[in-house]
Parts: sequence; C-alpha cells; structure tokens
Amino acid sequence: MSTATLATPRPRKPLSTWGFWGRLFVVPYLLVFLVLVLFPVGYGLWLARSPASYAKLFEDPIFFRTAINTIVFLVVAINIKMMIALYLSGFFLHTRWWIKALAVLFILPWAVPSIPTILSVRFMLNPEWGVINSTIFRLTGLDGPNWLNDPTLALSFSMLMHIWKSLPFWTLILLAGRMAIPAEQYEAASVDGASNWQKFKYITWPSMRGLYLTSTLLSTIWTLGDFNSVYLLTGGGPADLTHVLATLGIRYLRLDQIELAMAAIVVSLPLVLPIVYFMMKRLSK
Amino acid sequence: MKLKWRDVTTEAKLLLIGIPVLLWTIIPVYHMFLFAISERDQATSGRLWPQNPTLQNFETVFQQKHFYLNHFWVQLGNSLWIAVAVGLLTLFIATTAAFAISRLKVPGGRTVMNLALFTYFIPAAFLAVPMYKTMSVYGLLNSRWSLVLAMVTIASPYCIWVLKQASDKLPWELDEAARIDGATPLQLFRLVYLPLMVPSLVAVGTYALLLAWNEYLYGFLLLSNEQDLTLAVALGNFLAADDSPWELLMATGFIYALPPAAIYYAFKRYMVSGLTAGAVKS
Repeated sequence: MSTATLATPRPRKPLSTWGFWGRLFVVPYLLVFLVLVLFPVGYGLWLARSPASYAKLFEDPIFFRTAINTIVFLVVAINIKMMIALYLSGFFLHTRWWIKALAVLFILPWAVPSIPTILSVRFMLNPEWGVINSTIFRLTGLDGPNWLNDPTLALSFSMLMHIWKSLPFWTLILLAGRMAIPAEQYEAASVDGASNWQKFKYITWPSMRGLYLTSTLLSTIWTLGDFNSVYLLTGGGPADLTHVLATLGIRYLRLDQIELAMAAIVVSLPLVLPIVYFMMKRLSK
Repeated sequence: MKLKWRDVTTEAKLLLIGIPVLLWTIIPVYHMFLFAISERDQATSGRLWPQNPTLQNFETVFQQKHFYLNHFWVQLGNSLWIAVAVGLLTLFIATTAAFAISRLKVPGGRTVMNLALFTYFIPAAFLAVPMYKTMSVYGLLNSRWSLVLAMVTIASPYCIWVLKQASDKLPWELDEAARIDGATPLQLFRLVYLPLMVPSLVAVGTYALLLAWNEYLYGFLLLSNEQDLTLAVALGNFLAADDSPWELLMATGFIYALPPAAIYYAFKRYMVSGLTAGAVKS
C-alpha cells in the first residue's frame, strides 16, 4: 500500500453481493486449512522445538539406518519406476488390440486398494507356505530363503511393491505426455531415416523432459509418504532394519515419543521443502 | 518377403515386453483371487487353478464365522459411510473454493490456491503424526469423524486444483451474460457453473471417495474400537497373528478391492482425462 492512499483514507466501499459470496465460498476450505493443516503443522513443529529431541534422535541407531534406507528407497525405486514408466509409455502407444486390452489390465494395481495386494505378496514370500518357497522346494527339494528376514531383500521387496503399485499411474501420465507430441515430427524424422533411438533423443525426450522432471519430484514427495509398501510388507523388521521415514515417524508415535517423530520429520525438511517450493511454482502458474 | 520378416520381429519384440508386463501386473492380484476360492490348506499346492474351487470362504466371511470377522458387515458399512462422507464433503468444499477463486475472482484467491497446493505436497505419513495429536486435542479420537475430516483435508487440495484448472477453461462470457441478466452469484453457481462442471465433479468426487475407501494409515491411527474400524484397518489386523486364516483374509480383501476397481473402471473415461490433464500441463 502506498503512502498516498494511507494519507487520504476513503470511506470503505460496501461489499458487493459478488464480493460477499466470493468470500463466503472460500470459507469452508479456509476453515479446513486453519483447523486441520495450520494447527497440526504448527503444533507439530512446536513439539519438535527441543534440541534434546534431536540429540536423542541422532543417538538412535534405528534413525541412522532409516535415513539410509529412505535415501536408497527414493533414489533406487523412483528412478527405476520412472524409467520403466517412460519406456512403457512408448510401448502402450502401439495400436494393437492386445496392447489395448493389456493397458486395461495394467491399471489394476493402481485401481485396487493397496492393502489386500500387499498382503497377498507378503504371503507369497512366506518362508514355509508361500507359493515361491513351495515351488522352490517342489522343483529342487531345497528350502528357499526366508525372504523378509533379510533386511536387504526385505527392503528390495518393499521397493518392488511400491513400483508395482504406482507404475501404472506414472505410465499413464507419461503416455499422455507422449500423445501430446505431434505425429508429423516422427513422420518427418522417419522420412529422413532416423532410427528409433534418434527419434527418442531428438523428438520425444526434449518435449518430455519437463514432464519427466515434474513427475519425478512429485513422486519423490509421495514416495516419502508411502507407509503401506514398507509397513504392511516388512513391518519395519527384521529388527527395525527396514524402516523408512514414513514408518519410523509412526513407530515413534505408537511408542508415545511424538517429539522424536516430529524431530525425524523436521530433519527431512531440508530435502522436502525445496521440492515443495519448486512444485508449487510449477503448478500455480 | 523381407518386409514381412521385419513385421514378425516387431511383433515378437512387442510380445517380449507385453508378456512380462502382464505377469508382473497380474500375479499379486491373481494370487489373492486363487486363495479366496481355494479350500484351506489347498491354496499353497502350487496349482494355477484349485482342485475344488469353492465359495466357502466368502460364505464364512459373509456369515462372520471367524474371530477376525466378527464385525465384517459393520466394518464394511463404516468403510462405505466414511468414503461417501469424504466424497460429499470434499466435493462441497472443493467446488465452492474453485468457484470463488476461478469465477468470482475473490481477492486472495491465489493465496488460497497456494495454501491448498502446499497441503497437497505434505507427505501423507508426515502429516499423520501431528494430525493424530490434533484429533486428540479436538477430542475426536476413535470417532469416525476424525477419519472423515483427515481424509477431507488430504483429498480437497488436489480436487480444488483440478476443479480450478477446469473452471478456468469455461468461457467468461457465460458469467457476463448471467450478470447482465441479473443473476445472483448463487444462481450463477447452481444454474450455469455446476451443470458445466459435471465431468470434473464426477472425477474429483470419485477420487476423494476412493482415496477414503483405500486409506489404511489414518484409519489405523485414528480408530481403535473393533466396531468403528474400516475394512482396510480390519484387514491389517489379520497380521497380528502368525496363524492367520489367509484364505479368509484374501477373500475379505477381494470383496474389499472389488468396489473401488469397479468404480474406477466404470468412470475410467472421467478419471483418466480429468486427473491426468492437469499433470500434463505442468
């Protein structure tokens, strides 16, 4: 506000009907935001104010392991997922009746709730009765490994579970991106004798780069919040060695150590906030 | 002849991708289905189709004839009630907000949109921690309203964003014509705006409904009485014991997974275009 308007205060303009209704219509969401976002976030940060919580957190060997697991989970699972999604989005562009039918089935992991399917995989991996080890025994007469009892294997299966669940969504997004590229560009390239790789490098990738980056960042945030893929498959075990931040926060909460839970979340903010800021700038255009 | 050979290799290459994709997608779901229709102790036989397929597991579930299933119908009802409540409330909150921001150009609308986007980008499991504490401050723990409110909080930002994107595309002349004809804001909303937005409303309403039906973590934290649980949380409780009746768990899981899958496929047209359009734009 400039000083000129301050110096000559005009009588307040009466609120027009349109202005009134506009304000009234944003009230429901503003209430939700104040009561169910601002208050919890503020309260949570206030709970995490004591330096002692951080000292305790850093002394907890489980936290250190969790931090590494989380980074591995993010870097490995997201990149593999996005690369496969990019590749498959090209595959689903082909016009064949069976590829169309496959596309319908392919959405299934995304369309069904994650609990029953994760539990289904968990049972497949059961060392005694699971279908995988039963098959290994039938074929070789040997006992299969105790899949979820090995931290590396267990975390790998959690990552596979995460990829299984979210791959269809990202493939659809990238497929929509590919379909927005004009077909003439590919036709012209074919006339010039370009190879498939050259078409990808010079036509597909330049126009998909932005979408791919946005998708990767958005997926990073969602993957950080993925509780189910880890908790329902491994429960954080064996010996709390497969926790990620999402499950560790809930573990502390269940142990009535909410200060530690909030401290663990605050520690991850330097990674999360830049992504949030970047995504907000992209989407609020 | 040469050309034909190339066609064959192209098809072979496509199949080489398609078959693994099919198996990868279908195995966990098929494994669940196989268990659901198998007799106890038969499911692990390694057959691709059970020797005596049976609906007995479903019968046990429907008649609540197991310790874990004592409240099956109540829990199914809870899931349904919560999903519908979240769908309707979110629809109301998101539609009014999108209308105010996009069509009424309310001052500060951009800020409201940014607040919503900020909420959208908080990882769900992170918000769960303070949300649990907040619900206990509000005295709502163990009430299903706590889960409804939490899910509305999580669902509405994306819905507002999608609806705002869709509203921005409506021609501005419609609003002007309505104003000139002396329409009130409420009439513009009811008679012009809502009918034009139906496809997007279906998309976001379904999105919120499915989000609530599928939610596990918040239900697991906020509800604890057997009677109040949603089916998702009840399924998770099967894990409490090693000797869980897996065939019943899979049958219950199958029943639980069926409605969202059916809704998803029924509204696929709206869902995919409505929900991916925004993402592609960025």
